[in-house]
Amino acid sequence: MNAIRGKRGHNLSRDHLADRSMFVRLETLRLARICGAGHYSSTFSAAELFAALYYAHLRLDPKDPNWPDRDRFVLSKGHAAIGLYPILADLGYFPASALDNFTRLGSPFGDHPNMKQIPGIDFSSGSLGHGLSVAVGMALAGRVQKRSFRTYCMLGDGELAEGQIWEAAMAASHYKLQGLVAIVDRNQLCIDGHTEAVMGVEPIDQRFAAFGWETQRIDGHDFDAILDALSKLAPAGTGKPQLIVADTVKGRGVKRMELSLQWHVANLAGEDYDDAMAEIRAGLQPLAKTEAPRGKAR
Amino acid sequence: MARRAEQRRSGETQGQDAIFRGTSGGDARLKGEGFKDARSVKGTPNAALPAFVLGEELADIADKDPRIVVLTADLANANRTNDFRARHPDRFFNLGIAEKNMMTVAAGMASCGMIAYAATFASFCVILGAEQAKTDCAYTGMMVRLIGHHSGMSMGFYGTSHHALEDLAITRTIADMTVVCATDANHLRAVLRASVDHPGAMYIRLGRGRDPQVYPEVPKDFRIGKAAMLRRGKDLTIIACGSEVRASLDAAELLSKQGIEARVIDMHTIKPLDTAAIRKAARETGAVMTVEEHNITGGLGSAVAEVLVEEERVPFLRHGIPDQFVPVGPPAALYAHYKLDAAGIARKAKSFLAKSARS
Repeated sequence: MNAIRGKRGHNLSRDHLADRSMFVRLETLRLARICGAGHYSSTFSAAELFAALYYAHLRLDPKDPNWPDRDRFVLSKGHAAIGLYPILADLGYFPASALDNFTRLGSPFGDHPNMKQIPGIDFSSGSLGHGLSVAVGMALAGRVQKRSFRTYCMLGDGELAEGQIWEAAMAASHYKLQGLVAIVDRNQLCIDGHTEAVMGVEPIDQRFAAFGWETQRIDGHDFDAILDALSKLAPAGTGKPQLIVADTVKGRGVKRMELSLQWHVANLAGEDYDDAMAEIRAGLQPLAKTEAPRGKAR
Repeated sequence: MARRAEQRRSGETQGQDAIFRGTSGGDARLKGEGFKDARSVKGTPNAALPAFVLGEELADIADKDPRIVVLTADLANANRTNDFRARHPDRFFNLGIAEKNMMTVAAGMASCGMIAYAATFASFCVILGAEQAKTDCAYTGMMVRLIGHHSGMSMGFYGTSHHALEDLAITRTIADMTVVCATDANHLRAVLRASVDHPGAMYIRLGRGRDPQVYPEVPKDFRIGKAAMLRRGKDLTIIACGSEVRASLDAAELLSKQGIEARVIDMHTIKPLDTAAIRKAARETGAVMTVEEHNITGGLGSAVAEVLVEEERVPFLRHGIPDQFVPVGPPAALYAHYKLDAAGIARKAKSFLAKSARS
């Protein structure tokens, strides 16, 4: 399936998108097994967001990765790249077999994405707190060049503790970057605990609103909600940069990982691997709990 | 506006510009030195003030090149990127007092094909934003030109927070980062012109905008990575960069009166280093001394030492700021205090040669 050049917003069935988010999770397990460790849970929380953006929304041309008018996507939470690589392969940016040596010596594919080596990666990431500034730069360049592309930036929630995020948030509204869209994967947990126990980031939408952003808050695992929020972005018209807070569940799709601190970086092996693959293939099941405990940070 | 600009050029104003260049105030006579040299610094012709040409030269380049954009962090007046804004307002971005954001925004713009010049005080450029320089600019190969002005201890009595004596050490260890020191106004023009199509990220280090003239015109043979031999000599080579090139040339004249002929090299490019020029100088003059306005750990001296120790062992001396935070004082007094003025360099050179001869 190829995204269509020059068009934003493809009319795809929810079943198709659900299938692609399942693909993201399955591939994440497969790739993590190659290197013996992976960021499962941060990728699972973003699986529906990735699928909606790449298969139904972004204006891209996989045959021409450097097309100057393409929409830009900055994965500020670069540790979820393991879930993005399979999508790029699926769209035709590179052969799927290129992922078979994931993270091995000399592979273009590390745990964090490298724009110089991977077609379809618009900017390298990995150091949290930088991506929104990158996106501001891209949006400003688009303005200088009088191009119509939009710039999308996916942020983690824990990452909002980085001061540079707020420098960039300030600059985005100061420069009235209405073509800039930030999506926060609000999966509740950073490495050491619930964000509100480690370093509180809420109320995220109100904080961004105070910085001059237009905000929406949605269920980040519900395709209807995601696509509705994305469609509302056009035409922005307000002159304000756009924020979507996507409430998600870290580890969504594999029960034992959901809202668990144990699976930020981990390795599934043996029967556990097979069980998790089977669980993902069965599709998303109702949640046992929707909110992580806010106990003390470990 | 025009009148203000005229006053600034003629050096009449004692307001913000003088303050930013750190030349006013303070009767600080460290070791009884300083005032005489302070007058000579103040007497520098304003035509030779690099900070004054930064915005103007970039605007000239941008007239012909639509890829050029300029960013600063609330210092458009101090670094004269105002002159760029006046001519290319759509390509000028003041990011406010948020240097890390400025550096990464510049990288984001570069990823879309712009060539981004981001200027702020050297103390708040790659020292504050070392990781942004590494991860966002160099690793990605972005055509970002990070410009650190008022480098070294040229902010004088503004103190350690405003001094940049670590920036060369930081940038030199970042892979794929080109590091260039501009020597004076004409030299800065040459550096900027050469920077346009230079691949990857660059750090361009400037003085405070009162750097005395070394190059009477824009050097036509300037090339990034190619050192300039400015004075011939057979007894010693002084390798200097930035603000210390003029002082080293003047020191060489003082030494000449005492029968010592020093070769003087402007090692404007710290990385990639012109190792051939260093080896040649060592072979032909038999002794090498580096002079820099930087901590002697990690800067020009360390870079030259690495070459000499591995490839061409000769008596060698690093001269610069010892591994300490410098005291408060007017810049000229500080240069005298650390023997980084012409007289001090000449004395250092003489004792170095005497010691080498004994050993």
